Amino acid sequence: MKFIDEFRDGEKAKPLIEEIHRLADRPIRLMEVCGTHTVSIARYGIRKILPETIDLVSGPGCPVCVTSNRDLDKAISLAQVPEAVILTFGDMVRVPGSFSTLAAERAKGRDVRVVYSPLDGLNMAEKEEKHPFIFLGVGFETTAPTVAATIQEAQKRNVKNFFVFSAHKTVPGALKTLLTSGELKLDGFLLPGHVSAITGSYPFAFLPRDFGLAAVISGFEPIDILQSILLLIRQVKNHQPRIEIQYRRGVQPQGNPRALEIMGQVFEPVDAEWRGLGRIPQSGLALRTEFSAMDAARVFDLPLPESKDPEGCRCGEVLRGILRPPECALFAKVCNPQNPIGPCMVSFEGSCAAAFKYET
Amino acid sequence: MKRNPEPNSTDDRILLAHGSGGEMSQDLIASIFMKAFRNPILDRLDDMAVLEMGGKRWAFTTDSYVVTPIFFPGGDIGKLAICGTVNDLSMSGARPLFLSAGFILEEGFPFRDLETIVASMQKTAEQAGVQIVTGDTKVVNRGGADRIFINTAGIGLIPEGVNISGANARAGDKVLISGSIGDHGIAILSSREGLEFSTSLTSDCAPLNDLVARMLEVSQDIHCLRDPTRGGLSSTLNELARQSQVAIWIEETRIPVKEEVRGACELLGLDPFILANEGKLIATVGPESAEKILKVMRIHPLGKGAAIIGEVREEPKAKVILRTSIGSTRIVDMLVGEPLPRIC
Repeated sequence: MKFIDEFRDGEKAKPLIEEIHRLADRPIRLMEVCGTHTVSIARYGIRKILPETIDLVSGPGCPVCVTSNRDLDKAISLAQVPEAVILTFGDMVRVPGSFSTLAAERAKGRDVRVVYSPLDGLNMAEKEEKHPFIFLGVGFETTAPTVAATIQEAQKRNVKNFFVFSAHKTVPGALKTLLTSGELKLDGFLLPGHVSAITGSYPFAFLPRDFGLAAVISGFEPIDILQSILLLIRQVKNHQPRIEIQYRRGVQPQGNPRALEIMGQVFEPVDAEWRGLGRIPQSGLALRTEFSAMDAARVFDLPLPESKDPEGCRCGEVLRGILRPPECALFAKVCNPQNPIGPCMVSFEGSCAAAFKYET
Repeated sequence: MKRNPEPNSTDDRILLAHGSGGEMSQDLIASIFMKAFRNPILDRLDDMAVLEMGGKRWAFTTDSYVVTPIFFPGGDIGKLAICGTVNDLSMSGARPLFLSAGFILEEGFPFRDLETIVASMQKTAEQAGVQIVTGDTKVVNRGGADRIFINTAGIGLIPEGVNISGANARAGDKVLISGSIGDHGIAILSSREGLEFSTSLTSDCAPLNDLVARMLEVSQDIHCLRDPTRGGLSSTLNELARQSQVAIWIEETRIPVKEEVRGACELLGLDPFILANEGKLIATVGPESAEKILKVMRIHPLGKGAAIIGEVREEPKAKVILRTSIGSTRIVDMLVGEPLPRIC
């Protein structure tokens, strides 16, 4: 893990910061669309060392945050399936749906377990075969292949008590929707390194081509981000928008063909509801019919009251990049990580949580 | 912080996060325990009470241990139960003397495991120079507890002239840490069901009383001592900043983090600053004494990796500020939520 230090080195940062200051002689607005970038930018205080002309805004890059309340309600209600064990990544536990949270369900005695990998969940299901194990699949192209591989593995091992609730989403469609709306003026994108490691750079080609925007696929360490910002500024200033890969140690232009193949075998694109962005065609991933026996959405179809969004919560606008977290009237007043009103304040990757934790 | 006027049904029950040692634990203590038990000794909110009896000052503390798994790389629940209480006493500068031990056992718990745990407790007690002088055992129905819970309480004598409290940090103090952070948190995680990953890392679980005694031998200019257990470095520094109404400024590049811990954090998306430690201490000391104290810490086996990580300033009050590796600054907040339950 020595290689990480190289990208956190203060000495390496200095010339990059100087060069950015030298070049940034006019306002440039860049959006990052990955929660991990949002966190890194806040955690290393990157905004503070940039010139005022460089405006970094966060986009719809936190999978938990963009999940609609309807999907959250469905996921949380699965905890009420008799004998069920809910398997989830940690940051879903405290996200408020319309009526409850997984943490509250657990306090009432439901079995909610945090896992780091769906495969761990499958192993648990195999050991405790009397319980239905339901994995909550929330994530982008980064998570989907692992979940797909686990579903294939469950089928191979003939595990009958393992189910997946898929609220997976794909990123490029969301960016297109965001740009088509025209409500936000941008110069370029800091593109997600992990997502691109799977998809490659091709799905983002429309950004420079159709919208004339600069685009750099970036790593997650502070030096990565500074380098990427510098590349973006150069693209903007030279009027040469294109896709550059800064995160070369992680991303191939063609992506990861094997992961894409597995993903395609298990999931099919469907229309999906995004918080703040509405319904986006073909931007969700549902289990293909061959796997419907494992599809929690089909197997456990629970009746649900109408979902409602929390009053006054402006997570939708935050996710579209048109509202900064501190500009929301609830921010740090009634909404904080301890008592979150909206998902952007809960998830580790949420812009509001990052702003609250590191920047207030 | 203001509570949501319309609780979404999470507010009327205890959540795991209330036990995480972070913001929610603080809230629980303030809203329930402090309200009921209020008295001048408790109000100090240190890890131990300081009692004046017979012309001497005594440190008194208690702690319960519910860690899972009960055996982990570098220790077990028994060793932890002794170290934890010995360390809480030591953080007042006290010499720990006597401990109690209470056991809550689940029906069906193997004798052999109990013997192993008790032997480990005795060995650690000998190492720390304390005696277990009273105890209690309860057995509950299967399912009424998770195998074994241990409570220990302890009492120790505070040497004359020593005055250490979380409220004593002053502007100008240097902030010292006795070694690398996060070892315990990652060692526990690595051995948990569903998360097994291989690491050569072991818990840092150790009694710190001897290290504290050596530090006090060279200087009594030690203002605060605290062991960054649950909630990690972040929560402990925030507690000190709040109690003393000062700012604590630390430097990212000076904070020792082992590569294995850093790697695991990278993998699991965790922040080493919030990971638990069970054999580390943080001290704020007068600036003139800092080098002297650091030197004696580094000679001690439990302080080999000691470092000065920052300093205490006047402003901004009750906040912890980190100078990041790339030269910017940011707030270090107290842990919120429950990334790793039942680590101690």
